[in-house]
Amino acid sequence: MAKQTHKDEIIFEAKNLQISAIRDDGSELPIVKGVDFNVKRGEVVALIGESGSGKTTISLASLGYCKPGLKFAGGEALFKGQDVSKMTTDELRPIRGEKVAYLAQSAAATFNPSIRINEQVTEAPILHKTKTKEQADKKALELYHALELPDPENIGNRFPHQVSGGQLQRLMAAMALCGDPDLLVLDEPTTALDVTTQIEVLKAFKAVIKQQGAAAIYVTHDLAVVAQIADHIVVLYNGEVKEAGPTDVLINSPQHPYTKRLMEAIRPMPEAGLGEDVGDEHLRDVPVLEVNEIDAGYGKIVNGMPSSLILKDVNVSIKRGKTVGIIGESGCGKSTLARVFAGLLPPANGSIALDGEVLAPSLKQRSHEELRKIQFVYQMADTALNPRQRIGDILGRPLEFYHGLSGKKKTARVNDLLEMVELPSQFAQRYPHELSGGQKQRINLARALASDPEVVLCDEVTSALDTIVGANVIELLKRLRRDLGVSFVFISHDLSTVASFADEIVVLYAGRVAEQGPTDQVLSPPYHPYTRLLISSVPEPRVGWLEDMTETKEAVSGISGTVDIDAIGCPFFKRCPHAITGTCDTTAPPRQIDNNNHIIECHLDTKDLL
Amino acid sequence: MLPLIIKRLGIGLITVIAVSLIIFLGTKILPGDAAQIRLGQEATEANIAAFRARLGLDQPYYLQYINWLFGFFTGDMGTSLASDKPITELIYDRYENTVYVATLTALIGVPISLALGIFAAMFPGSLYDRFLTMISVSLVASPEFLTATILVLIFVFGMGWGNAVVVGSIEGKGFFELYRHFALPITTLCFVIASQLIRMSRAAVLNVMNSPYIEMAILKGVPRRRIIFRHALLNALGPIVNVVALNLAYLVTGVIVVEVYFGYPGLATLIVQGVQTRDFILIQGLGMLFCLTYVILMLIADIAAFASNARLRHPK
Amino acid sequence: MSKSTSSSKITGKSSSKKTTAKSTVEHNHFVAPYDASVSFDELPDAPQPSKFRFSFTGWVGIIIVTFWIIIAITGPFIAPYGENDLPFPDAYSEFQVPQPGAWLGTDVTDRDILSRLIYGAGRTIGIAFLATTLAYVLGVILGIGAAISNPKVDMIISRINDAILSLPTIMLGLVVVAAIGSSIPVLICTAGVIYASVVFRLARALGQEIMVMDFVEAARVRGEGLWWIISREIWPNARMPLMTDFGLRLIYIILFVSSLSFLGLGVQPPQADWGSMVRENLGALQYGTSVIPVIAPAIAIATLTVGINLIVDDVSAFSGGKLSKRL
Ligand SMILES: Nc1ncnc2c1ncn2[C@@H]1O[C@H](COP(=O)(O)OP(=O)(O)O)[C@@H](O)[C@H]1O
Ligand code: SF4
Ligand SMILES: [Mg+2]
Repeated sequence: MAKQTHKDEIIFEAKNLQISAIRDDGSELPIVKGVDFNVKRGEVVALIGESGSGKTTISLASLGYCKPGLKFAGGEALFKGQDVSKMTTDELRPIRGEKVAYLAQSAAATFNPSIRINEQVTEAPILHKTKTKEQADKKALELYHALELPDPENIGNRFPHQVSGGQLQRLMAAMALCGDPDLLVLDEPTTALDVTTQIEVLKAFKAVIKQQGAAAIYVTHDLAVVAQIADHIVVLYNGEVKEAGPTDVLINSPQHPYTKRLMEAIRPMPEAGLGEDVGDEHLRDVPVLEVNEIDAGYGKIVNGMPSSLILKDVNVSIKRGKTVGIIGESGCGKSTLARVFAGLLPPANGSIALDGEVLAPSLKQRSHEELRKIQFVYQMADTALNPRQRIGDILGRPLEFYHGLSGKKKTARVNDLLEMVELPSQFAQRYPHELSGGQKQRINLARALASDPEVVLCDEVTSALDTIVGANVIELLKRLRRDLGVSFVFISHDLSTVASFADEIVVLYAGRVAEQGPTDQVLSPPYHPYTRLLISSVPEPRVGWLEDMTETKEAVSGISGTVDIDAIGCPFFKRCPHAITGTCDTTAPPRQIDNNNHIIECHLDTKDLL
Repeated sequence: MLPLIIKRLGIGLITVIAVSLIIFLGTKILPGDAAQIRLGQEATEANIAAFRARLGLDQPYYLQYINWLFGFFTGDMGTSLASDKPITELIYDRYENTVYVATLTALIGVPISLALGIFAAMFPGSLYDRFLTMISVSLVASPEFLTATILVLIFVFGMGWGNAVVVGSIEGKGFFELYRHFALPITTLCFVIASQLIRMSRAAVLNVMNSPYIEMAILKGVPRRRIIFRHALLNALGPIVNVVALNLAYLVTGVIVVEVYFGYPGLATLIVQGVQTRDFILIQGLGMLFCLTYVILMLIADIAAFASNARLRHPK
Repeated sequence: MSKSTSSSKITGKSSSKKTTAKSTVEHNHFVAPYDASVSFDELPDAPQPSKFRFSFTGWVGIIIVTFWIIIAITGPFIAPYGENDLPFPDAYSEFQVPQPGAWLGTDVTDRDILSRLIYGAGRTIGIAFLATTLAYVLGVILGIGAAISNPKVDMIISRINDAILSLPTIMLGLVVVAAIGSSIPVLICTAGVIYASVVFRLARALGQEIMVMDFVEAARVRGEGLWWIISREIWPNARMPLMTDFGLRLIYIILFVSSLSFLGLGVQPPQADWGSMVRENLGALQYGTSVIPVIAPAIAIATLTVGINLIVDDVSAFSGGKLSKRL
C-alpha cells in the first residue's frame, strides 16, 4: 500500500510563515511570527506548545486554510513545492482531503450528525474522482479493519451519534486516510479521550501512518504522547519556534528553558512507596470527614433508590491534614462522590460524618459552621467565578459570610489570600475575564481557603489547564497543604497527578470501589486488575513505551472493552484479563482487606494479583 | 421519537383546552348580557329570560363551556347575536377568501424568502447580504399598514393597477387572474412574512455554516454547492421548517391588519366586526378557529424539528 | 510577561533568519536564542474585550429615537395647533394638501396633521413604554421566580404561560378589548400582560442558564440565602441581555398598540395616536388629493421602531449577539 517513497522528499515546508488575526478595528495582531519547519515523507513531526501558542493555526496552514478572522501575513507554506497560502479555494480543492487530510480534536463535532458515517468517510476521494464508489468503499472497509473497529462491515452504515467517542475518533482517521493522502494533519486527536482509549487510538494512528507511508503533522500539548508517535518535535511558544529537533534529542536533553519546563511538568509515576510524606503533625484520631456505605445516584426515587444509581457501597474516610485521591475514568462517579460530600446530592443510603459527628445529608440542613468546614473547588474556573464580580468581592464574600469581616480587615485578608495563591494584590480590582486560566483557578482555590475550611474538595482542578500551568497549581496545592494542614479530596482521571499528591487513593470503577488504600500500597502489587490497567496506561515520555505497553495482557483485553454499569457481578468483568467466567460475572466480588488497610475488591486471591 | 411526538401532541391538546378556556372565560367577562345586546334596551324581562334559555345561557358555566366546545368541534358554533345567522354560515362565506389569500401568500412568499435568506447565508458579510439584512430589519420593524401604503402608492398610483380595495367574486379565475385580483393584500402579506423568514432562515443556515463539520467539509475540499446542499441544508432543514411554520402562524395575525386595511371580506374583518358589535358568540367561534390554526402550525413546527434530527430518527 | 513579549518581538525576526539557514541541514537541533532571565509565563487567556462603541448606524438610531422622545415630551408646547383644532376653520375641506399653516396638510376632518402627529408621539411612545415596563416587571419577577422555584411550581407557571404564548397576540388583544372596552389604561395593561409572557420565557431561560453555573452552586454550598443568590449572582448576569431585549420588546409593543389602534380598538377618537391616524385617514387613498395623512403616521412609527432596532443591534452585537438567536 505504501507509496513509492523517495525517502528525503519534503512533503511540507513552512518558510518564515506568518499569520495574523484581524481585529475589529481593522488592525492586525500577529499570531504566528515567522515559523520554519519541514516534514519529509514517512516522518511524523509534532507541534507542541500550550493552548494559544498557535499550533492549530500553523497546522491548518498546511491545507491553505485560515480560520475566519485570521489571514496569511507573510512567508510561505509549501506543500510539495506549491505555496498553498497563496492559492484560491478552487485551486486548493484538489489538494484538500486528497493530498492533505485533517483530523480535528473532537470527532463528535467534526462528523455531520445527519449523514451516515460511510458517506462522510468516502466523500473526498469520490468527489475528487480519484476513486470510484466501489474502490472507496473497499478502502474504507480495509481501514475499519486496520483501525480495529468493532463490526467493520456495518459500522459505516451508522450515524455518528451511534458509535462511541473513541470509535468516532478512529473513524475520523479512516475519513482522513481514505484518499491516501501524502500528509496527515492531526490536531490533538486524543486529548478529549480517557487514558485507556487514548492508547488504543494512538496505537491505531501510528500503525496506519506507517502502513500508508504518509507524512504527518501531529499537534498536541502532551509531551508524553509526542514521544510515542513523533520523529521530530517543534516546540512552540507564543507563535514562535523555541526549539526543534529529533524526538530522542529533545526528550532526553532539552536545551531551551521552555522545553525544560515542559519536561519537568510531566510527573513520572512515583515508584511504589514514594508518595510524598507530609508528616503527621496535624493528625488526630477522628477523621475529618467520613462517608459510610454510600449509595447515591440521580433521577426519580423509586422504592427509596434513585432510578439511575451511580455509587454503590462506597466508604471513604479522610484523616486530618491528609489527602485522599479519587481516580477513575470519566463517568465512573468521581464528581458524584464529591457532590455527596458537599451535601449537593443527598445519598440514598449510608451516613456522613464530620469530625466524628453525624452530618446531615443535604446541605440545606447543615449548619453554617458545618458548611464552612467543607469547601468545593470546581473544575472549570470560567464558570465557577461570577463574571460580574470583582476578585476582591469574590474572595471577600466568604470572609464576610463566615467570619463577619468587613472594611480594612476584610481587605487585608483578601490580600493575604491573594498572596497565599501567589497572585499580586492588585488583582482584587480585576474581573475574572481579565485573568488567565491558571490565575482563575488560583482565585477559585483562594475562595475555598477564605473560609478556613477543614476539607477542600478539588474536582479535576487541573484537567482544564495546560501542562505547565497545571503543574504549578499542583505545587501550590502541596505548599498549602503543608502550611495550612487542610485535608484535601483530590479528584482526577489522571493517575500520575493523583499519585503525586494523595496520601490515600480510592480507585473507582463504574461507581464501585475497585481498590483503596495508602498510595504506596495501591501503587505496588498486589494490584486490582483495573488499577494495573490504569497504571500501565499512563504514558511515559519515553520512545517505545507505546509498543511495550500495548503488548501487556491488560492492554490486550482492557483497552477496547466497554464499561458495564448494570452488571450483577464484577463491573470490570468484560475488560478483565483474569476474569473467571461463571464467578466474576454472576457474583459481586468480595472485599479483601489486608493489615495495612489496603482494600481490593476481586474474586482472585491477593497473591494471584501480585 | 414516537414518544416525543406523542408527548408533544399531548401538550398540544392541553394547550387547545387551555386556549378554549381563556377564550370562553374572556368572552364571559363581557359587560352586559348577550340577551340584552341582542334584544336591545326595550326588551322585557320575560323576553330576555326566554332568549337566555334558548341560547342555553341559564345553564351553569361548565355546561355552557362543554356544550360550546362540543359544538365547535362538530361544526355548530351557535347563532350570531348581531345577524341571527348561524356562525358557521357567516364563516363559510368568508373562509374561502382568507384561505385563498393565505395559501397564495405562502406559495409565493415562502419559497422566495427562503431562497433569499439562504443565499444571504452563503455569502455572509457580502454587499448583497448587508443590503438584504437592512431591508428585512426595516421591514420587521415597520407596521403592516406602512408596507401596505407603500405598495398602494406603487401599484395603484404608480402603475395604475385598478383600485386599492378589492371586493368581488373569486369564482372561475385562474392563478394569475386571482393573483392580480388579490395582488395588494397578498404582496403586503408576502413582505410581512418575508422580513421574518429571511432573517430567521439566514440565521438558521448561518448557525449550521459555523459548525465544525462544515469546516471539516471545506478541509476535505468539498465544493461549495455540495457543502450548502448536502452538508448544511440537511442540518438546517429542521430549523427552517420550524421557521416556516412559525411564520405561517404569524400570518394569522398579519392577515387581520391587512384585511382591514384593504377592506377585504375575509375572516379577519369578520372578527373585527364581531368585536365592534359585541357579538361574543362570533368572537368565541372565530377566535377559537384562529387559535386552533396557530396551535396546529406550532405543532407542525415542533414535529418537523424532531423529524429532521438524525439523533431522534435513528436512536442508538 | 511584559518582558517576554517585548523581547520576543525582537527575537522573532532574528530567530526566523537563523532557522531558515539551519533548516536546510537535515534533523538539525534548533534552539531559539533565549534570555535566561525571561520566564515563560502562561499567555493571557483572551485579549481584553474592546470598549463598547456605537457604530454609525447606532448613532443614526440614537438621533432618531432622541428626536422622537423630545417631541413626545414637549409635544403640547411645540405643536402649532391643538390636536382637534382646525387650521382653516373658514375653508373646511377634508384632506387638504400641505400649505403654509398646515405643513403636512389636513386630515379627514380637516385637522392639522403635523399637530396630531406631534400629540400622537407622546401617546404612542408613552403607552408603549409603560406597557413594556409592565411586561418587564411581571415577566422578570415571574420568570426568575419560576427558574429558582421547585420544578412543580415552575411547570405550572410555564404551562399557563405556554398557553398564553400559543395565542396570536392581536387575537388576545381583540378579545380583551372587546370584553372590557378600550381606554388607555386597558391598552397598557393588555399589552403589558400579553408581552409579559414573552419576557417570562426569556427571563426563565436566562435564570435557568445562570442557575446551573458553578458560581451559583458555589454560593449555595456556601449557605447563601435565596435573596443573595438572586440579587448578587443571577441578576447582574441577567441584566444586560434583558436590557437589550427591552428594546426589541418595545418595538413589538409599539407595533402591537398601533395595530390595535388601527383596528379601531386602541386609542379612541378624537384623541390622536399614530395607529388610529392611519385608520381615520384611510379614505385619503381613495378620495384624497394627498396620501400624506396615511403615510405620515405610518412613517413616524417606522422611523421610531427602526431607530430603536439600530441601537439594539449595536448593543446585542457587543454583548455576544446570542440574544437574537434565542428569540
Ligand atoms: N445530574 C445528573 N443527572 C443524571 N445523571 C448524571 C447527572 N450527573 C452525572 N450523571 C451521570 O452519573 C455518572 C457519573 O458522573 P460523574 O460523577 O460526573 O463522573 P466523573 O466525575 O467520574 O466523570 C455518569 O454516567 C453521568 O452521566
Ligand atoms: S472479580 Fe473477576 S473480573 Fe473482576 S477484577 Fe477480579 S478477576 Fe477481574
Ligand atoms: Mg467529573
